[in-house]
Amino acid sequence: MLVKLSVNGEKHEANVEPRLLLVHMIREVLRLTGTHIGCDTTHCGACTILVDGQPVKSCTMFAVQAQGKQLMTVEGLEQNGKLHPLQEGFMAEHGLQCGYCTPGMLMTSYAFLKKHPKPSEDDIRWAISGNLCRCTGYVNIVKAVQHAAAAISQGGA
Amino acid sequence: MIPAAFEYHTPSTIGEATALLAKLGDDAKVLSGGQSLIPLMKLRLASPAHLVDINGIPGLSGIREADGFLRIGALTRESELEESEVVRSRYPLLHDTSKVIADPLVRNLATVGGNLAHGDPANDHPATMLALGAEIVAVGPKGERRVPIASFFTGPFATSLRPDEILVEIRIPSPPARSGGAYLKLERKVGDFATAAVAAQVTIGANGACEHVGIGLTNVGLTPIKATKAEAALKGKAPDEAAIKRAAELAAEASEPSADLRGSVEYKKDLVRVLTARALRKAVERAGSRR
Repeated sequence: MLVKLSVNGEKHEANVEPRLLLVHMIREVLRLTGTHIGCDTTHCGACTILVDGQPVKSCTMFAVQAQGKQLMTVEGLEQNGKLHPLQEGFMAEHGLQCGYCTPGMLMTSYAFLKKHPKPSEDDIRWAISGNLCRCTGYVNIVKAVQHAAAAISQGGA
Repeated sequence: MIPAAFEYHTPSTIGEATALLAKLGDDAKVLSGGQSLIPLMKLRLASPAHLVDINGIPGLSGIREADGFLRIGALTRESELEESEVVRSRYPLLHDTSKVIADPLVRNLATVGGNLAHGDPANDHPATMLALGAEIVAVGPKGERRVPIASFFTGPFATSLRPDEILVEIRIPSPPARSGGAYLKLERKVGDFATAAVAAQVTIGANGACEHVGIGLTNVGLTPIKATKAEAALKGKAPDEAAIKRAAELAAEASEPSADLRGSVEYKKDLVRVLTARALRKAVERAGSRR
C-alpha cells in the first residue's frame, strides 16, 4: 500500500505492507534511526515521535495509519545547524546517561513545552510519565526540561 | 515484534464500515486508537485477517452536553477527555479516570469507545461508565440501538456488540445538582493496569440521603463489576461513616479477583474495600461542593 507522509517537513512516500509498524518505516525505510525501539510493547516511549503535533508511541501505530500526516522525529529538532534548547538542556544538565530513552524524552518534552511553556516540576514529571529511563536519570531529565523552558522563555527558540 | 499480515480497510462512512464488517464477519476487527489491539497483534494474541480503520469516518469524535446527556463520540481520544472543561467541571469521576488511563502518550491515541468495546475488565472506563449509568450507542447494518452499560459486558473481552456493529457514542446522563464522583486506582506504576480501582458516583437529595449511588470495580473479576448490593445498601441513607463502611464491605464481597503479581485475592478484596470507602467519601464531598 502506498503511504505518503511528511517527516520533519520533507515529503516521503513508500510502498509498505499494512502490518509495517510506523517505527519500522521511519528507521528502516526512511533510514531515520534517531527514533529508538526500546521495549516494543507500548511501555517505554523510546519510539515517541510527533504525529500532527501529538507525541505518540510509533511502535503502536501502523505506517498506513500515518497516511497524509505530518511527522516530526528527533532529527527535526536541530534547525540550521543549531541544536534545539531541549538538546542544549539535556547536554548542560546531563539529562542522558546511556541515551537510549533520549529521543523519546526529547519529543515528548518538545510537544509538552509547546503547550505548557512554564511548567512546574510536577507538570514535567507528569508529562514524561509515559517515557521510561532505565538508567533512572529522571532528576537530570527534569532539570534539562526546566533548562530548556527557561531558555525558550528568554527567546531561545 | 511483527504482527501477522492483514488487509487494511479505510471506510469513510459508518454505512461502509458496517457493510464491511457484515461481509468479513469474525475475520475483521475495528481499529480505533489501536492502543490495545496493536499490542495484542504484535504478541500474536490477535491475528485478524482484516482491519477496518474507522478513524477516517467524520463525526465520530467530540464531547458535548445535549438532551440531558454528556455525549462522547467513540473516537474521542482520552487526552481530549482529560482536557475537556465540561468534563473537568461537571463529571469529576470521568475526569479522574481520564488522568489515570495508561500514560499521556497512549492517551493521545487511545479512544473512549475503544476502551469500552475492547471489553477488558482491567480497563478503566468500564467501571466509570457502570457507576455513571451510561449507555452505549451502537450502529449496525440494520440501524442504531442503545445498550445500557450494565448489560454491555458479557464476559472477558466480550461485549454485547454484534460483529457487524460499531460503537459510535457513549451517553452519560447529566448529573443533577448535588452530585459528585471519584475514581481511585492503585497501580504499581504509571501505565500499568490497576491492582484494583473503584469508581463511585453519588447524588445527595434535599434530605441529605443518597438519591443515586453508582459503584463500579476495575480489574477484580472476569468482567467489570457493578457493585449493586453496595449501591442498594447506601441508597436512601445518609452517607455517614457507618453507611459508607457497610457499602465498602459489600463492594469487597462483590469483587472476584484472581491472584497475580499485583497481589493475592485477600489483598485485592481488601483494597476494594478501602478504595470504595475513600471513593465514596470523595464523591460525597464533591457532591456537597456542587449545590
